[in-house]
Amino acid sequence: MTDLVEAAGLTRRFDPRLSIGDRIAALFGAPVETRPVRAVTDVSFAIRQGETLGLVGESGCGKSTLGRMVAGILPPTSGGIRLDGAPVMERGRKTTTRIQTVFQDPFASLNPRRRIGATISEGPIAHGLITRVAAPAFVADWLARVGLDPAVAQRFPHQFSGGQRQRVAIARALAMQPDILVCDEPVASLDVSIQAQILNLFLDLRQALGLTCLFISHDLSVVRHVSDRVAIMYLGRIVEVGPAAEVYGAPRHPYTQGLLDSVPKLRLDANAVTFRPIAGELPSPLSPPPGCAFHPRCPRATELCRRERPALAPRPGGIEVACHHA
Amino acid sequence: MTAPLLEVTDLRTHFFTRAGVAKAVDGVSFSLAPGEILGLVGESGSGKTVTGFSLLGLVDPPGRIAGGSIRFDGRELVGLPAEEMRALRGQRIAMVFQDPQATLNPVLTIGTQMTLALQAHGRVSGRAAAERAGAMLTRVGIPEAASRLSNYPHEFSGGMRQRVAIAMALLNGPDLIVADEPTTALDVSIQAQILAEMKTLAKESGTALVWISHDLATVSSLADRVLVMYAGRIVESGPVGEVLRAPLHPYTRGLLDSLPAMAEPGQRLRQIQGAAPSLLALPPGCPFAPRCARASDICATPPPAVERAGRLALCHHPLDAAA
Repeated sequence: MTDLVEAAGLTRRFDPRLSIGDRIAALFGAPVETRPVRAVTDVSFAIRQGETLGLVGESGCGKSTLGRMVAGILPPTSGGIRLDGAPVMERGRKTTTRIQTVFQDPFASLNPRRRIGATISEGPIAHGLITRVAAPAFVADWLARVGLDPAVAQRFPHQFSGGQRQRVAIARALAMQPDILVCDEPVASLDVSIQAQILNLFLDLRQALGLTCLFISHDLSVVRHVSDRVAIMYLGRIVEVGPAAEVYGAPRHPYTQGLLDSVPKLRLDANAVTFRPIAGELPSPLSPPPGCAFHPRCPRATELCRRERPALAPRPGGIEVACHHA
Repeated sequence: MTAPLLEVTDLRTHFFTRAGVAKAVDGVSFSLAPGEILGLVGESGSGKTVTGFSLLGLVDPPGRIAGGSIRFDGRELVGLPAEEMRALRGQRIAMVFQDPQATLNPVLTIGTQMTLALQAHGRVSGRAAAERAGAMLTRVGIPEAASRLSNYPHEFSGGMRQRVAIAMALLNGPDLIVADEPTTALDVSIQAQILAEMKTLAKESGTALVWISHDLATVSSLADRVLVMYAGRIVESGPVGEVLRAPLHPYTRGLLDSLPAMAEPGQRLRQIQGAAPSLLALPPGCPFAPRCARASDICATPPPAVERAGRLALCHHPLDAAA
């Protein structure tokens, strides 16, 4: 299998936008936040042709920022993403239509004043994939493929339920005939029974179209279900990445272990369950701890962890882990 | 068997809208013993939140309790004068909401808010109130509690804010806490901390808990008994382990099968077809029939209550019988 997408040394900082007044005030010691937020720091990974890479992490870990950089929506501060060897962004602009995105909130990602047929056909027409004349048939075809009645093309987003809107969002992304689909929490806002329908649709279309995917979610069981490989993020860095069965079956990094232990499991026997939560809270990306970012919460932390940041290093089983003690 | 703390009988909370009457809660009955944790599970629009709000008398027009009874510690809450309900609320029955950001007053320090909550239900000096508030914050796992009383809600993280909300609910030592999706907005690792603490707190203080959630896994690890709601009705109830291991109602089965954790990775999930019906236009008979694989002609008539040793299901074709 060849690497279709390659990310090398991706870093994204968000600098606070300070007015002249703020800067002067900061100079005189006023409490103005001048530190940058390090959302993603030095992340490298590859997505192979035809595979789905799951990206898991808690809020604020930088997974959405990473997804937006892969999708070519947000330029990285440094580092870059290559698709088949060619950069995805050049001088802050996306250079390809081969990557498309499905966002979390189908209420926010669809233009409320536009009929969904126009929403789906806009991109393909603008990029010359279809002609305006062919658009209605094209839209009808895509609506049918995502399980909607082709007659709904004339409706507005508010006339659909959450699950149906997410189907529209998927149709819009796939209508651009991408090779890579970035899904940022595509089922997080849906009910369980609707979530299952959308996941099934995703699995069907992925197979039918041979898609390569980056699937971002905070839901460990959803990611396990759809991913071939999984990357776990903590405070802007990947701490563990490898085949899904390995990462879930025998997690090496203490954070991955803690995360998997924290997930409430469906308890089918009468035994009482004991939670083994990770102690403490996520540190602020404004002032990440020195050394390993997880050390303040880690039961195995030593002096070495406080001093030196472990690099992502390969382990048996095709897995890579960033930990001194794993 | 101790006397129930809470006994809800045939509760009907309806919303009288211009488009028609939405029967958000339609004939819900259950009881709760002191110290018991009851999980209330359902998807959006199933009526689980409205049931919780009804218990606290928080249903606003155009909604109102159209029938049924809520007996709390021998006292009828339906039709109770607003003054008396106010005295009860926050004192003996407390609520924790989904969004702690919206629960806490952003312009008052949490110390002030907790003091007000204490003084609303008794004569407490400012100093004594601060002491009790600080002790309660420590109990829900907030470090350096005494010094944090002077903080405003925005100075806390989401998980810490929810802990503050839980501490406020516990402040007057209530007999019953209704918690509406209290961990849904939180991260997995923070959710696990709060679940572990809720379980201990309920056990230690003997407080009964109604835990409203859409997440079967959370409920299964926390609750003693579970109620599954669909379209305003409880379609199945019983001890949580038994219900999830061998559900009687096809909807419960469908919900479980929808979970990715129940399937082999990469395989299609066994989804429930269609979407929940509008509460304004419920089908006659069983509301789940249009989505149910076991439905037959008889399902157009109201489903009977099937009883099996402490369990209950509203279904013509329960899963332990031949289809």
